[in-house]
Amino acid sequence: MTDHDATPDLTGPDLSESYALSINGRDREVADAWLGESLLYVLRERLGLPGSKNACEQGECGSCSVMMDGLLVNSCCVLAADAVDADVRTVEGLAPDGTLTDVQQAFLDAGAVQCGFCIPGLIVSVHDLLDRAPQPDELEVREAISGNLCRCTGYGRILQAVQDVAAARTAADAQEDRP
Amino acid sequence: MPIARPTSLDDAVAVLADDPAADVLAGGTDAMVEISFDHRRPRHVLALRRIDELRQVTTTSLGVRIGAMVTYGQIERDHATLLPGLAMASRTVGSPQIRNAGTIGGNLGTASPAGDALPWLLAMDAEVELASVRGTRRLPVAAFVTGPKRTARADDELIVAVHVPAMEGPQHTAKLGPRNAMVISVACTAVVLDTAARQVRIGMGAVGPTPLRAPDAEAAAAEAIDWDALRADGTAIAAFGQACAAAASPIDDHRSTAEYRRHAVGVLASRSLTRCLAA
Ligand SMILES: Cc1cc2nc3c(=O)[nH]c(=O)nc-3n(C[C@H](O)[C@H](O)[C@H](O)COP(=O)(O)OP(=O)(O)OC[C@H]3O[C@@H](n4cnc5c(N)ncnc54)[C@H](O)[C@@H]3O)c2cc1C
Ligand code: FES
Ligand code: FES
Repeated sequence: MTDHDATPDLTGPDLSESYALSINGRDREVADAWLGESLLYVLRERLGLPGSKNACEQGECGSCSVMMDGLLVNSCCVLAADAVDADVRTVEGLAPDGTLTDVQQAFLDAGAVQCGFCIPGLIVSVHDLLDRAPQPDELEVREAISGNLCRCTGYGRILQAVQDVAAARTAADAQEDRP
Repeated sequence: MPIARPTSLDDAVAVLADDPAADVLAGGTDAMVEISFDHRRPRHVLALRRIDELRQVTTTSLGVRIGAMVTYGQIERDHATLLPGLAMASRTVGSPQIRNAGTIGGNLGTASPAGDALPWLLAMDAEVELASVRGTRRLPVAAFVTGPKRTARADDELIVAVHVPAMEGPQHTAKLGPRNAMVISVACTAVVLDTAARQVRIGMGAVGPTPLRAPDAEAAAAEAIDWDALRADGTAIAAFGQACAAAASPIDDHRSTAEYRRHAVGVLASRSLTRCLAA
């Protein structure tokens, strides 16, 4: 019988693990980590990748969003030791160091960034959306970012930034297609 | 070995046979929250992510077998025609991030009274397939979920799949919460019309210790429906909602009062039935 209401036994040794992860196309060694560590924790505290933010640690806010094997997930809900053999892409991997992606630039141009805490997660989610649906309507955008909470902006300028990128990409594609 | 990462079901059940106390890890959306908040401290994890056979949705003449590791995202993207009610329910779960990770097997494993896949599985008379080194067995969802967050799974058993019978007829699910995304159900319903057997079935979530059926409401609605036209009059639809509300046994908690839940589940039941008939 499973009984999740029983008082958990929190005694005993903390088991440690060593394993390799593939982050942004590079193999990274993780040595002597506690078995229960989340991917978010390992990225931030062990691998020097603080772009993914920790705002809730319970899957609610999306500020820790990463791509894992091509799927958008919350890295706080992934056991790091189980991310072995997965292709993990974080916000740091979207553009070469010191440069911005079109989505990041559009967020700045639209004034969609206030405190900025939610933004790395939103950037990852919006890249995922636009890869799947290059010309999303407003409802699609709202659904795609429904797991990314922003406490500052009220989302208006974020929605605007997404439409700006979609329009710019469409215009660029049209330019390319011209004979 | 603190974490086992088997690639086959046989290896996975062998791990559980050796250590029935191992923490089974599917998508992690329930388990990792427990771990991060120190409600659970894993000593030995059995990770299921690499077992391909648990990720399959397969059809037979009898129905559909949904592997335990099938995610909500897979259902809504790839199986909405085959499993319309489950796809509707899946779309209401958490956020895109949660739906890409969270699995049907995990929803059964957690067995929350508010688990959004469970009312539809119950309405479909689905059966949970469990496996261990001792063999496999199948249990109806109603027998598998024994109480709030309690199941009939033995410690050495894995949930490997859930079987739903083939069924002709419209289906609809509805969920109520404070917003459209990222909420735990205050109440939810799944209504399926079995047009061949001329039966109405409802599963109700978050209004009892386990997901509930409403047999009296189902029988009365089946009588009232004109099955050839797939129509029912407004009085019968309202009576269905009232009978479902009467069959619920909700509680007060921080998300809602029992009284509101009872009211809400009646409204959702009528609405789901209406949508089935209009479809
Ligand atoms: C932010 C957030 C929002 C959520 N929103 C919703 C929602 O709207 N609706 C809803 O219903 N749920 C919701 N959930 C809960 C959760 O996402 C679901 O219950 C999901 O189906 C769990 O699946 P999982 O694969 O992530 O399970 P895990 O977390 O990996 O496992 C859950 C439990 O089941 C056990 N288990 C898993 N698979 C098996 C198996 N094959 N055999 C034996 N035991 C197994 C595990 O040991 C664990 O106890 C939400 C969770 C979060 C964090
Ligand atoms: S920190 Fe992961 S979702 Fe909030
Ligand atoms: S900009 Fe502050 S939370 Fe979004």
